[in-house]
Amino acid sequence: MDAHKIFMLVSQATLQTFEMVIFSTLFSLLLGLPLGILLCISDPQSGIKPRPVLYQVLTRIVNVLRSFPFIILMIILFPLSRILVGTSIGTKATIVPLSIAAAPFVARVIETALKEVDPGVVQAARSMGSTTMQIICKVLLPESLPSLIDGITLTIINLIGYSAMAGAIGGGGLGDLAIRYGYQRFRPLIMAIAVIVILIIVELIQMIGTKLSHSVSAKR
Amino acid sequence: MQIKLNNLVKTYKAGRNVPEVHAVNDISLNIPSNGIFGIIGKSGAGKSTLVRLISLLETPDSGSVYYDNERVDNLTGKNLIERRRRLGMIFQNFNLFTSRTAGENIAYPLEICKTPKNEIESRVTELLDLVDLADRKNAPISTLSGGQKQRIAIARALANKPDILFCDEATSALDPQTTQSILSLIRKIQAQMNLTVVMITHQMEVVRDACSLVAVVNNGQVVEQGTVNEIFLSPKSPVTKDFLANLAPQTESSENKNGIVRWSEDGGKYTLRFTNTLTDEPVLSKMAQKFKIEFNIRAGGIQKLPESKVGTLLTDITGEKAEVEKALAYLKSEGVLVTEDK
Repeated sequence: MDAHKIFMLVSQATLQTFEMVIFSTLFSLLLGLPLGILLCISDPQSGIKPRPVLYQVLTRIVNVLRSFPFIILMIILFPLSRILVGTSIGTKATIVPLSIAAAPFVARVIETALKEVDPGVVQAARSMGSTTMQIICKVLLPESLPSLIDGITLTIINLIGYSAMAGAIGGGGLGDLAIRYGYQRFRPLIMAIAVIVILIIVELIQMIGTKLSHSVSAKR
Repeated sequence: MQIKLNNLVKTYKAGRNVPEVHAVNDISLNIPSNGIFGIIGKSGAGKSTLVRLISLLETPDSGSVYYDNERVDNLTGKNLIERRRRLGMIFQNFNLFTSRTAGENIAYPLEICKTPKNEIESRVTELLDLVDLADRKNAPISTLSGGQKQRIAIARALANKPDILFCDEATSALDPQTTQSILSLIRKIQAQMNLTVVMITHQMEVVRDACSLVAVVNNGQVVEQGTVNEIFLSPKSPVTKDFLANLAPQTESSENKNGIVRWSEDGGKYTLRFTNTLTDEPVLSKMAQKFKIEFNIRAGGIQKLPESKVGTLLTDITGEKAEVEKALAYLKSEGVLVTEDK
């Protein structure tokens, strides 16, 4: 196999990884952000709108989803993928289980970040007559922005790891490439390249995330 | 705005490892309009819960709160939010938004009321001038000193032109000088805006330097109330007496430095300083018996240091020159430090 072919394989796989990670990050945020906010404000002890029953139900759902092994979740979610993207195999189909697997993780990350906001500051906002919506949008989210950025960075890196398992349903991407060519076809060079590219991507995302979160904190 | 509290009760239920707490146990108070009303109590006395009830952050188990003649403790939803928007509150830890600059903090209460942008702009400038921080408009909160933070918090609390200002231990995190400057700012604002100010504190100095009326709270009940003068002249409850006994000396004027209280501005030619055990000795009366002189104490005070006490007296000693000199020599021989005021 010549260098050109390897390059084509690796670049195609990289694009697939990007596709999976970018979209599943977006969708998991879309699902996880409201869930995390709900978890924070409905907390019976510390929430601004304590709702013990709602909190318990959400907590259970999040825990159950988080304890599923990803590979099983993928298979269980075949029907849902078929409904949403028309197929249960391929890169696009993988985005569905990836998003759903990451959403409860995102929810916990967001919940933790929001709960770090000084309760005194929230009380001040309440005493000034803020509505719940205003407290969420104008106090909780902006005050916890550095932690939120850290949490989202963590999510993206987790999703890169998960996406490597997508090969099981023909999802493609770098992890798939490493297993199919490197392991199953005895091409250690391709495996090494795939792993190095993943490493570089993870390293870059961590760097950007840390920089962003620092620059936000530094202005405060 | 006059505030009336009728038989307020708030109990926190027992939880795991936490016994039941009667935080506020049947409190009735009349807080008159347009003045500074102090509520003093030790930590755990129930004053924080009380202010949360009066400021509509919590609802009482029973009893009622009236602003003028309108009942407010049972407000809910939109009415509650509208009412809170016309209350100002400042806190011990300032509770400013770190995600906003000083100016943006002041803008917050205006933003949540959907105030037009240009109006917010001019009101923020006006408020920054009021608290003397016009130059710190774009400063991040972390760059402000404690006193500046509280000034910004005051400006923020006043943004929506409230009729009541609640100060919850507002000076407890500040040093004595900054406390004085914040208190005088609150007094100035109170007079300017005809505000009703409710000041919760555990510092008798704050009551002395800012309030006209005071209620002493202990174990969830009001144990004593009246004008600050009355309370200082004839304290009745043990808690009040305890507060007065531990009162830090006044630091406002120069002659009050070092904990010395002067009855009059005149006299006091000799400053006598006693150290250690001498503060217990009747040196002065012995001196008066031994020599043909008379003495008059103009001012005096005792300071407690970690390992000793230092007493200071400003006295006039009169009589024949020779006798006075002999008396002074006697004092020195007894270990009293004598300095003569020329």
